[in-house]
Amino acid sequence: MIDYDSPDFWSDLFEVLLKGTLETLYMTGIATVITILVGLPLGILLVGTEKGAFLERSFGPVWVARTINRVVGFVVNVGRSVPFIILMIALIPLTRLIVGTFVGTTAAIVPLTIIAIPFFARMVEIAVNDVAPGLYETADSLGATKGLLIRRVLLTEGLPAILLGVSTTITSIINFSAMVGVVGGGGLGNVAVTYGFQRYSWIHIVFVVVILFAIVQIVQIVLTRIATRVSHRSSTAVLPKDAELTINPAQGVAT
Amino acid sequence: MIELRNLRKTYGHGPRAVRALDDVSISVPAGEIFGVVGRSGAGKSTLLRTVNVLERPDSGTVTLDGTLMTGLEGGALRQARRSVGMVFQHFNLLANRSIQQNVEFALEAARVPRGKRASQAAEMLDLVGLKDRGGAYPAQLSGGQKQRVGIARALAAKPRVLLSDEATSALDPETTESILDLIRSINRELKLTVLLITHEMDVVKRICDSAALMENGAIVEQGELVEVIRTPGSKLAAQLFPLAAPADDEGPTVIDITFAGGTADRPVIARLAREHELDVSILGATVERIAGTQAGRTRLALPVAGEAAAAVVADLRRQGLIVEYLKGGAA
Repeated sequence: MIDYDSPDFWSDLFEVLLKGTLETLYMTGIATVITILVGLPLGILLVGTEKGAFLERSFGPVWVARTINRVVGFVVNVGRSVPFIILMIALIPLTRLIVGTFVGTTAAIVPLTIIAIPFFARMVEIAVNDVAPGLYETADSLGATKGLLIRRVLLTEGLPAILLGVSTTITSIINFSAMVGVVGGGGLGNVAVTYGFQRYSWIHIVFVVVILFAIVQIVQIVLTRIATRVSHRSSTAVLPKDAELTINPAQGVAT
Repeated sequence: MIELRNLRKTYGHGPRAVRALDDVSISVPAGEIFGVVGRSGAGKSTLLRTVNVLERPDSGTVTLDGTLMTGLEGGALRQARRSVGMVFQHFNLLANRSIQQNVEFALEAARVPRGKRASQAAEMLDLVGLKDRGGAYPAQLSGGQKQRVGIARALAAKPRVLLSDEATSALDPETTESILDLIRSINRELKLTVLLITHEMDVVKRICDSAALMENGAIVEQGELVEVIRTPGSKLAAQLFPLAAPADDEGPTVIDITFAGGTADRPVIARLAREHELDVSILGATVERIAGTQAGRTRLALPVAGEAAAAVVADLRRQGLIVEYLKGGAA
């Protein structure tokens, strides 16, 4: 049991929460950066290698692009359908290979990234699919390369939706990072388990909930605001509300 | 300038195959505005897209200013496309980029050095009458203004050919006129060859030098407009002069008289009544400005038939008028 009347209680609490928060931000931050770096190209690849799409002939014969599409699509679907807790266990050998150990905050980044990449890739796919088809033809008529098409057309026109996808992905990673805490991954999840669950400190739980809520809110507000700013589709820009996106922690599915 | 030779294109296979282009040949001289008219589904859109090889024909060749477009691929094709500007019915502007950036995108695609893009884009916007609007976004512009941006973008890389895909079909009549006038003026100032497709005859009348009529993937008629309106039985001419079909109970003979150029201002009908002593009734008449000249068509019902009618027609033809029988008579 925790002694709430101990003179060191509040300073200990502060220290524990600060450490947990920093660990959560560290895990989430690194995982988000890697997820974007890998998931963005993957999402574009998914759209581009579809039948008749803009990258169909960029890999030599059409069957190569078709195969890439099937393989990437399959991997993404597998990644999205395996519950995180199982994926985390399944990835232990890989985590050990990359980080050297499978416990601890840094080690947790590996499964967090692996679960978030397919999730984010699908969001990029949806965003890019929403770009008006006439723009591909326009870029072609101007003699634009595929690289320019991706940078100047797909990414700029899809940017608002991609940013909202980033927001949802970060929320999702924070969500999973708490689960990592259960198996010794560190972060606010670990605080909740060691202090709240094992030592029955409701005060720790309350603070963990408040801090997590604050982080998610800040991420969503900031990214939604940027998304609205870069979107000029109509003078009264209407974007899908991030609040409508719900997450199923078992699978990390957003609808 | 634009040479399309024996183009064929079929979509799909077997019994459901659609022949979009059926042995189409068109030749557009440099500096001319050529219009292809036809209903939707006639293959106009496919035809236009073969010029910059956005659609690759199954067979046939596209030659632009001596360059065999259909023989190009990859980087060479991209390079060649930069000498062909294209404007679209729905403008196809980048919604999240400013007007200025939309035009700069064309310059970037054409590998214009970064430092020169801003000034060249501004120059283009000035040309289309959108000076000082560079900072606006497409959603803040009217349809006509959006199309002006589309034109500025198409012209940014200084192409020699402009392709127009129903550029005015999404615009109201007044805006249509101003956009057509703009196309006409850049055609003259920049010596630009223009190939446009449209389903609106007014577009052809207003700016085209030549036109082709397309039906079911094939060109059924083509020629210079000044010639087309003189051609008896021309379907294009019939569409250029919108006259209602005569009712069945009109007199024994119905004729169309077409006036073109010099004959437009002569008192033909008064003369007809005076010299042949006929009670001519006018069923319909229209005067159009076609390819820059005044032209008109009058539909008359004559109260006579057979040789008497033939004599009248022969007399009219001697005056240099183009006469066609719609009812009675042997042409």
